[in-house]
Amino acid sequence: MAAIPGGADHAHDHDHHQPSGIMRWVTTTNHKDIGSMYLWFSFAMFLVGGVMALVIRAELFQPGLQVVDPDRFNQMTTLHGLIMVFGAIMPAFVGFANWMIPLMIGASDMAFARMNNWSFWLLPPAAILLTSSLLVPGGAAASGWTLYPPLTVQMGIGMDMAIFAVHILGISSIMGSINIVTTLLNMRAPGMTLMKMPLFCWTWLITAYLVIAVMPVLAGAVTMILTDRHFGTSFFNAAGGGDPVLYQHIFWFFGHPEVYIIAIPAFGVVSQVIPAFSRKPLFGYASMVYATSSIAILSFIVWAHHMYTVGMPVAGQLYFMFATMLIAIPTGVKVFNWVATMWRGSLSFETPMLFSIGFLFLFTLGGFSGLVLSMTAVDIQLHDSYYVVAHFHYVMVAGALFSAYAGAYYWLPKWTGHMYDEKLGKLHFWLSIVFFNMTFFVQHFLGLAGMPRRIPDYSLQFAEFNMISSIGAFGFGLSQLVFLVVVLKCIKGGEKASAKPWDGAEGLEWTVPSPAPHHTFETPPVFK
Amino acid sequence: MTHPEQGGTVSERRNRSTLVRLIVSAFLMFGFGYALVPFYEKLCQVLDVNNLNKQDNSLPLNTQVDRSRSVTVEFDANLHKLPWNFKPVTGSMVVHPGEVVTIEYEVSNTRQNAVTGQAIPSYTPSAAMQYFQKMECFCFKQQTLSAGEVRRMPVAFLVSPSLPKDINTITLSYTFFEVPGATASVPARDASTGAGG
Repeated sequence: MAAIPGGADHAHDHDHHQPSGIMRWVTTTNHKDIGSMYLWFSFAMFLVGGVMALVIRAELFQPGLQVVDPDRFNQMTTLHGLIMVFGAIMPAFVGFANWMIPLMIGASDMAFARMNNWSFWLLPPAAILLTSSLLVPGGAAASGWTLYPPLTVQMGIGMDMAIFAVHILGISSIMGSINIVTTLLNMRAPGMTLMKMPLFCWTWLITAYLVIAVMPVLAGAVTMILTDRHFGTSFFNAAGGGDPVLYQHIFWFFGHPEVYIIAIPAFGVVSQVIPAFSRKPLFGYASMVYATSSIAILSFIVWAHHMYTVGMPVAGQLYFMFATMLIAIPTGVKVFNWVATMWRGSLSFETPMLFSIGFLFLFTLGGFSGLVLSMTAVDIQLHDSYYVVAHFHYVMVAGALFSAYAGAYYWLPKWTGHMYDEKLGKLHFWLSIVFFNMTFFVQHFLGLAGMPRRIPDYSLQFAEFNMISSIGAFGFGLSQLVFLVVVLKCIKGGEKASAKPWDGAEGLEWTVPSPAPHHTFETPPVFK
Repeated sequence: MTHPEQGGTVSERRNRSTLVRLIVSAFLMFGFGYALVPFYEKLCQVLDVNNLNKQDNSLPLNTQVDRSRSVTVEFDANLHKLPWNFKPVTGSMVVHPGEVVTIEYEVSNTRQNAVTGQAIPSYTPSAAMQYFQKMECFCFKQQTLSAGEVRRMPVAFLVSPSLPKDINTITLSYTFFEVPGATASVPARDASTGAGG
């Protein structure tokens, strides 16, 4: 309904017919409502997954078994991974896409408003399936988020619930991506060519294509597990002639692009924020587009670097090693472009900029530890150790999550019409970055010393670093509540935000008033 | 949802065709996931990897063989009051120190009832004993032969590379002794019940 490119009075008619209360949110097809719901949902899931992380860290606070039994511990690591990847980070960026893409390209709404509603409302059932699987006999899936057989072929009903949850989350993200691609390709304001789109739109266009390409492969892989479990097939069941390693190949064909599905929109957000607070246009726009595309394409041909230890031929190991190292080149282009954007800029350090610089610094660190892991000979030692855990938390938390915070602080004035509390925002940033490093930096040392991941107990020599890490994790978890306070305060009130509260910000989203009215760009703006 | 104003139908049609193409791509990729299964199978066949029926040639090789030296090992067989025939299949052979060699002895029981015997090895020169390492030997346990049975029994051994230079020939001699009473009452029973010596 909201997609009607009619006159203003036409739209007002619809406002009058809109249901109120809960039904407003259930039936809404407005991209801003849906964007907000995505963001709230992902924050709620972030807290749920965070509590699970804290259970893990509480257990690892000291050697020995204190808090949960090992089986529950494995369920925690599994659900923490699944929830954070599919329930928190991905929906968060889809939320940004829903809110900002139509505003950035001057469209009145997403291309398929009704489908947009569906893709959101598929998420809560999936979340309920995942979390309630903790209560069924045998508990939740406990195989790690990668769902490797043979464990996944053997587990109880919790595993089936996880498989269906992955199916639903996959369908949701595919529908969301189809919507985003269609919107970006067909609904840009006249005059806005592809190479004039804000970089956030470009990164989402590439990400959405990645989602459409690889989420179905994951759906296929978990369906194979499902039929192996219940319908007598033997894709992965060695007793029937299957091969568990086959699953790893299929999974990581999805899994590696998935890493970039998480990271690339984060690049997009940072590419909006850094120019705004450097008061300079983004350095090397075209090279950013090409670098992002090359990262996306390369992501399809490096999957087996996640499985160097399965016993592949040396030629295979060498190929995957060099192909993986190749990704450092376009990623390096992006990092240098961000730095060059700041170079001689008129910098100011509001919270979005702080989170972006935090992102830049820590994401690069995570990239370097990734480069270390790309070397086969090194990886065989570090495989499944805490070094890997440290690496991917640097790129997922300090990368994707920090970027999401940067975006949230950057666009909060547009969403709520109020300025957020800058002091609290800065407090949130500094607490986050200190506790984040406290939690995860020491895990590099644990991994180098040989502590394996996904094990609830450890040798005594790891005790100090684990204690530091656990204290950091609780600090980090509690600091995220500061963000909740900031957002609630910002919704309730605060200094009125102008249409363009950041003097360096560019883009169509800053031409509409703050808060953005329910309907915007019903007549496409003229883009110069 | 038809809105003729401002060319809404044109853009809707465009959106719909993009939608169809993207949905088809998603379904194709779902199929692609399944296509990976035969694809990998073929790939492994062609590249000859992951072949579970192939002989594993990666057994550790003995790198301790000293090919610059040769030692003659002679095999000898004796019987002590035992109505058996007992002889080595090979009388002597030349080995390199460090090399694992398997030879066989043949024994047959000429009596009409089961007999249990125990072989005792001895070495000439006796100094060679500590350098002669047997991995498998019929002398490790008592042997029970039923009436008229003929048996071939392996000995796997290596001569240590640290064998003194002046020893060029080693004679390995076995003497079989009867283990009295081990098989007297229960002929078919294994020698494990027998009293030692």
